Amino acid sequence: MAPAEQPAWTPDQPIVRLRDVRKSFGSLEVLKGITMDVAKGEAICIIGPSGSGKSTLIRCINALVAIDEGSILVEGQEVNDPKLDKLALRRKVGMVFQQYNLFPHKTALQNVMMAPVHVLKQDRREVEDRARALMRKVRLEGKEDAYPGELSGGQQQRVAIARSLAMRPDIMLFDEVTAALDPETVKEVLQTIRQLVEDGLTCLIVTHEMGFAREVADHVYFTDRGVIVEHGPPRDILSNPREERTKAFLEQVL
Amino acid sequence: MNPAKTLPVLLSPRVERLHPPFPVFRLRAWHGLAVAAIVVVASGAAVAQGGPTQLSPIGVIMKWMPLLLSGFVFNIAISLMAMTLGTVVGLALGLMAVSETMPVRKVSWAVTQFFRNSPWLVLLFFAMFLVPYEFRLLGVTVPFPDWIKAVIGFSLPVMANVSEIVRGAIRSIPDGQWESAEALAFSRRQTMWMIILPQCLRRMLPPWMNLYSLVTMATVLASVVGVSEMLTLTSQVHAAEGGRPELLAPLYGFALLCFFVYCYPIDRLTRRLEHRFQVRL
Repeated sequence: MAPAEQPAWTPDQPIVRLRDVRKSFGSLEVLKGITMDVAKGEAICIIGPSGSGKSTLIRCINALVAIDEGSILVEGQEVNDPKLDKLALRRKVGMVFQQYNLFPHKTALQNVMMAPVHVLKQDRREVEDRARALMRKVRLEGKEDAYPGELSGGQQQRVAIARSLAMRPDIMLFDEVTAALDPETVKEVLQTIRQLVEDGLTCLIVTHEMGFAREVADHVYFTDRGVIVEHGPPRDILSNPREERTKAFLEQVL
Repeated sequence: MNPAKTLPVLLSPRVERLHPPFPVFRLRAWHGLAVAAIVVVASGAAVAQGGPTQLSPIGVIMKWMPLLLSGFVFNIAISLMAMTLGTVVGLALGLMAVSETMPVRKVSWAVTQFFRNSPWLVLLFFAMFLVPYEFRLLGVTVPFPDWIKAVIGFSLPVMANVSEIVRGAIRSIPDGQWESAEALAFSRRQTMWMIILPQCLRRMLPPWMNLYSLVTMATVLASVVGVSEMLTLTSQVHAAEGGRPELLAPLYGFALLCFFVYCYPIDRLTRRLEHRFQVRL
């Protein structure tokens, strides 16, 4: 595919399109030819054992990790292109991490406001109104002036989601966002994500929460050792897997 | 059940743990003052046996105090200027040390290591003899007096040490901070100045203040190259008073006292900040 002659992307095409994506770290091949299509507004859950390349896979989509081979199109734009404007791509693709990674020297509200004000150069007052609305949306009203160190893990993670949403992304990537949380706070974070999915935001979610995947996902991908073993609607993959590896994995986690 | 009432003996060691379990000797401000007072008083007693025409050591110090203190102020001025210059250049060097471009990192590494592992006095001589007396720029002659050269000389090791402090602090910030800033489309420069460096401040402040203390004390080295700072003036005052040996201890004791009174609070503050930041982190 010639990147220079790409036709304009239209919303009926896949918003994220991976073709035979390969990535190695040294001699370790982490992604061995991944192909997937994500439609606009879809919620995708990626499940699989640790070390199966799930995190690397979604980090490739916002160019945090450069791929070796293959093609990633985000809204029709080739990500595997040396001339790619990474910052423009990342304005469209939000990401939330396992370790929250809030900026500890800023309050929750400032964390949410920073990127729109400094990256998008939007009007501070308008951004503040939006940031306060987002804090309400993630049900953290009243915590605007708290520093990350004063918040619980679940609260920090919800601020991180609000921070990402403040950029008004078209696509959200969630990288095991509940893996570092206490069981009690997992629910509140999942509830927030579920709400985003219901709002119609395109979400790619790497998760170990099978119950959540079953309820929320339109499509589930099971990955193991760098390949997609099988994929399909959650009831097929999670309840009636065809592949032995999927069965073995589900037996372990369920 | 109330353990505080039933087991008072078991509780006390827990409380004690906050303090050192045994008395630790700590140098405190009054120790320095006491030593200085003893020196001055003892020398006064020694002079009581001297001739009536000679001033007592305290008299000598009082007489020359304005001059000596102006010398001390000069020391402080040199230290402040060297620190400012060294910090600005050192910050740049430290940022170069984490650059994405390899040659830039190498240059920063070489400069930092060279000036960090050189004796301060040698660097001072180096600046004295390599920096010209004056500098012509577009027909304007800018003179470079010795004290400016001394400032440059002291700023070299400051620069190298600040570079290391900055580099270390930046490296100590978790990768996740870079990653999440990247994912929010911050440019590298924005990430550095808005997200990484502000977090580095609290890590850099204590070693930076410690460095300042060292620079202040090192400024007396400038006497070797003839800058009229406090040590030079003290020696001149001693000569002017006839080089009486019993004046040596009080005069230099006074110089010591001045430095102690200035540097000790900085040291205390540094420790307090170190402690506070450690507790928070």
